[in-house]
Amino acid sequence: MAANTQTGMVLVSHVPEIVAGITKLIRQVAPDVALTTAGGTSDGDIGTDATHILQAIDANPATDLMVFYDLGSAKMNLDLVTDMTDKPLHRYDVAFVEGAYTCAALLQAGDSRAEIEKQLAPLKIK
Amino acid sequence: MNVEQVKQWMQLFSAEIEKNKDYLSQLDTDIGDGDHGNNMARGVKAVEAGLAKDQPTDLAQTFKSIAMSLISKVGGASGPLYGTAFLEMAKAAKDDENDLPALLQAAAAGVAKRGGAKVGDKTMVDVWLPAAADAKQGQLNDAVIDKLVAATKPLRALKGRASYLGERSIGHLDPGAVSTGMLLKTLLQATK
Repeated sequence: MAANTQTGMVLVSHVPEIVAGITKLIRQVAPDVALTTAGGTSDGDIGTDATHILQAIDANPATDLMVFYDLGSAKMNLDLVTDMTDKPLHRYDVAFVEGAYTCAALLQAGDSRAEIEKQLAPLKIK
Repeated sequence: MNVEQVKQWMQLFSAEIEKNKDYLSQLDTDIGDGDHGNNMARGVKAVEAGLAKDQPTDLAQTFKSIAMSLISKVGGASGPLYGTAFLEMAKAAKDDENDLPALLQAAAAGVAKRGGAKVGDKTMVDVWLPAAADAKQGQLNDAVIDKLVAATKPLRALKGRASYLGERSIGHLDPGAVSTGMLLKTLLQATK
C-alpha cells in the first residue's frame, strides 16, 4: 500500500541529537513519510523555541501534521506555534520514541490519522 | 501604564536579572536544568534590542515586541510562559485604558493556561495568579510578592522540570517564581 503523505510528522526535542536519532530509527521502517524536525533552539543551544519549530512546520510538505516532542517547554512552544501557523497541528502527549515510531510505521503503511490515533492512545504519558 | 513606563520596567527588570543571573541559575541547578539565569539574561537583552529596533508607539505594540523577543530567545519553558504573559497583555491593552490590574489578570491567566499549572504546583503560577488577584484589590506590594515567592519553597513540584525530582524538589525555591517576583517588583517600581 502507498504511504500516507498527506499527513506528515514533526519531531521537536531539546537537543538536535535526539530528533536525529529518532529520525534514523524511523527512516528504517518509513522511508517515504513527510518528516521534519526541530532539535534545540535556533541558536543551537539546548532548549526549544517557537521560531525554530515554525521552520520545521513550514518545511514539511504535508498539509496536516502530527507532532511529537520530548519535554514540557517543547509542548508550550508547540501550543504557541499552533496560533502562529495555518497548518493544522495535532500534538500527542505520548512517549516520544514509541509514539513517533508507531506513527511513522503506520503512515508508511498508508493508515489515516484517525487510525493512527487509536494506536497512540495507550502510549499517552504526559 | 504607558509606553515609557513599560520601557522603564524592562530596563529595571533587565538590570535585576543581570544582577541575579548566577543566583537564578543556582536555584535552577538545585531542582532543574540550571539554565534559568542565562536564559532570562539572554531574553532581557533581546527585549531591549527588540524595543530599540521596533520603536513601538503604543502599549499593545510594546508588549508584542517584548513577547516576540522572549519567545524567540529564552529557550527554556520561561520563553513561552513569559512570552504568553506579554502577548496576553498586548491583547488586553487599549489606548485609552491602561488598567494595570486588568493587564496583570490577562497575563496571569495566559501563563496558567499555557503551562497548565495550578496554584500549589510549585511554578511561577504560584506568584502570578495570587499577585494578579491582590493587584485587583489594590494590595500588591513588595512584601506580598516576597511572601508568594517564599511560599514555593516547602512545596513538592507537580509541573515543570522539577516535577521529575518528586520529593527532592521540596525545600527549594522555584526559579520561575523567583524571576516572576523580580518582574512584578520592577513593575511596581516603574509604575509608582
